[in-house]
Amino acid sequence: MYEFVTGPLAWLAFGIFFIGVIVRAVNYIRGLDWKLDRVAYGANPSHGARGAIRSIFFWLVPFGTRSWRFYPGMTVLFFIFHFGLIFTPIFLRAHNMLLAERWGFSLPTISDPVADILTIAVMVAGLFLILRRIALPEVRILTTAYDYLLIAIAIAPFLTGFLAFHHVGDYRFWLITHILAGEIMLIAIPFTKLSHFVLFFCSRAQIGMDYGIKRGGLKGKDLAW
Amino acid sequence: MPEGKLCNKTPINTKEELQALLSDKSGKQYYEEMKHLDVDQEKLWGTIQKTLKSRLKTWLEICAHCGLCSDSCFLYLANNKDPKQVPSYKVQSTLGEIVRRKGKVDNDFMHYVMETAWSKCTCCNRCGMYCPFGIDMGIMISYVRGLCFGQGFVPWEMKIGSGMHRVYRAQMDITTEDWVETCEWMAEEYEEDWPGLEIPVDKQNADIIYTVNAREPKHYPEDLAEAAILFHMAGENWTVPSMGWEETSLAMFAGDWEACKLQVESVYDAMKRLNAKKMVVTECGHAYRATVVEGPYWAGLESGQTPIPSFHYVEWLAEALRTGKIKIDPAKKIKEPVTYQDSCNYIRNAGLGDVAREIMSYIAEDFREMEPNREHNFCCGGGGGFNGIGLYREQRNTGLKVKRDQILKTGAKLVVSPCHNCWDAIRDLEEVYKVGIRWSFLKPLIIEMAIVPEHLKPQEEEA
Ligand code: SF4
Ligand code: SF4
Repeated sequence: MYEFVTGPLAWLAFGIFFIGVIVRAVNYIRGLDWKLDRVAYGANPSHGARGAIRSIFFWLVPFGTRSWRFYPGMTVLFFIFHFGLIFTPIFLRAHNMLLAERWGFSLPTISDPVADILTIAVMVAGLFLILRRIALPEVRILTTAYDYLLIAIAIAPFLTGFLAFHHVGDYRFWLITHILAGEIMLIAIPFTKLSHFVLFFCSRAQIGMDYGIKRGGLKGKDLAW
Repeated sequence: MPEGKLCNKTPINTKEELQALLSDKSGKQYYEEMKHLDVDQEKLWGTIQKTLKSRLKTWLEICAHCGLCSDSCFLYLANNKDPKQVPSYKVQSTLGEIVRRKGKVDNDFMHYVMETAWSKCTCCNRCGMYCPFGIDMGIMISYVRGLCFGQGFVPWEMKIGSGMHRVYRAQMDITTEDWVETCEWMAEEYEEDWPGLEIPVDKQNADIIYTVNAREPKHYPEDLAEAAILFHMAGENWTVPSMGWEETSLAMFAGDWEACKLQVESVYDAMKRLNAKKMVVTECGHAYRATVVEGPYWAGLESGQTPIPSFHYVEWLAEALRTGKIKIDPAKKIKEPVTYQDSCNYIRNAGLGDVAREIMSYIAEDFREMEPNREHNFCCGGGGGFNGIGLYREQRNTGLKVKRDQILKTGAKLVVSPCHNCWDAIRDLEEVYKVGIRWSFLKPLIIEMAIVPEHLKPQEEEA
């Protein structure tokens, strides 16, 4: 079983993930239409690029935009959650040992206690994101079961990995579940709203070009995000 | 009854049809007929499949339902944070639902969509600046309006407005003769005080071609005279076109994209016909947005630019004040606290915030910013056609509360408002809430403050 989930199934999951996100990005770009979107992308590439980069950059900086500053609590949750989600699995010691064993190379790693803290942080942030959905009327009205499912898909690898690492209960069971949960997440990314993994950048770039070209950019005015 | 006599899926294209609609007071029969109007589901779904591409489709799909856009919307705030006013909800429950049902929606549902599109959003685009994905619900709702228009579910005044553009190439029933006569009349009327004052019509090769909002010739012709006086004072070589003088677009508010194209092309034709160097438009926000910002796309101009460089009135004025073409008498500067209403359409959506501040620095001694301001300013409360729709008057009045409170916080009693929609909204908010404020366009203020060069003053008759 272990061999299967870390072998062919892992290949499949990573394959679907990588090809999937590329396809999503390519489709997005191909579907842009200067006339329908009413943005002259082609005629003003440098203004467009400037707008796109600014639009992505400020939103990647915690408290970098008015909106992030307006909702400090949510901003903290958001950045902890996403940072942990991406950073932890990539630099985890165990993952890199596996990488070295299979492919003969590895990345720098974080220590296990740090990984533990990040993992707990992701889970706690996730929990708060769920509570927020229940508590705030303006979020509750938007929330569907699908939104909870996505949080579950994102947190599952962390919860199961945590249990496996600390040998809570049956190690083998949690290990296999952990690997499966990770693979489910990878496969889900291109097919669900988790596609915002890549579409966040596409969408931000687009609205950045919109402001950078059409709405003020050509007047030499950068939008204060 | 599928198609009504007045309420149907066909846009207005003749004077007679317009007359019939206009004589239906407040659209009584029109809205009655709307209750029975069929939805052409095939057409609806067909349009969506053709036009809902990358940008809109992705926005609809990846919206994280996080609610971070809530507090950005003035209508959400004005309605005591009613969750039904959350920008994302307004789009998910309309466009989102239509897409989920593949266009299979009924008359009742379309009534809800229409109400949402015109009474719960002014397309001010503020929410787009607060969403982590940059999802701009103003653009989405504007798209929804287009779908509604195609199905005949459009507020009475909007149908009339877009019809006006189709018939008269203006938002009101003003013919070329009416317009030219108004220009002549105003020039004559003010000539005595301003010797040599002209409103040149169809002059070739002028530096400036000046265009207006139809409300000016129709209801406030003095505005036209004031523009002429300031051009005269600044020594500009300017003209107005006999045709293609109207920059506004109720068609844009109505979602009638075909009429939008017809309208802006009439202005672009004038630009080319008269071979002017640049175009300046009056103190109107959506006129600038429609003709300068969006118009080139409707007209299929790949550059995204108008045929000649085009400027909002505040840009022309800032330049005139900067270069000394118009000089302000320091003794006549505005002494009392004064604030400035940033119009969404040319501040947020065209980047002219600094220009407005520059003007205020020349004319006001105690300028007070609203909070928030510039591109983050709230909609006046009457944008996107909201001011003009009788059916939603109450919702509009509620929406004005945010602007009222913003103005009151500044402590200023005078609001400079170089945009017709904002100007109206502020006038109405004073009428409804009686808070004791005044409001003004820039032109009359500047004329009061300017130093008139000796040679432009009327010569005293030798006794
Ligand atoms: S802020 Fe953006 S992603 Fe969040 S609910 Fe609003 S539109 Fe959706
Ligand atoms: S565009 Fe303006 S009015 Fe419409 S939902 Fe967004 S913030 Fe509200």
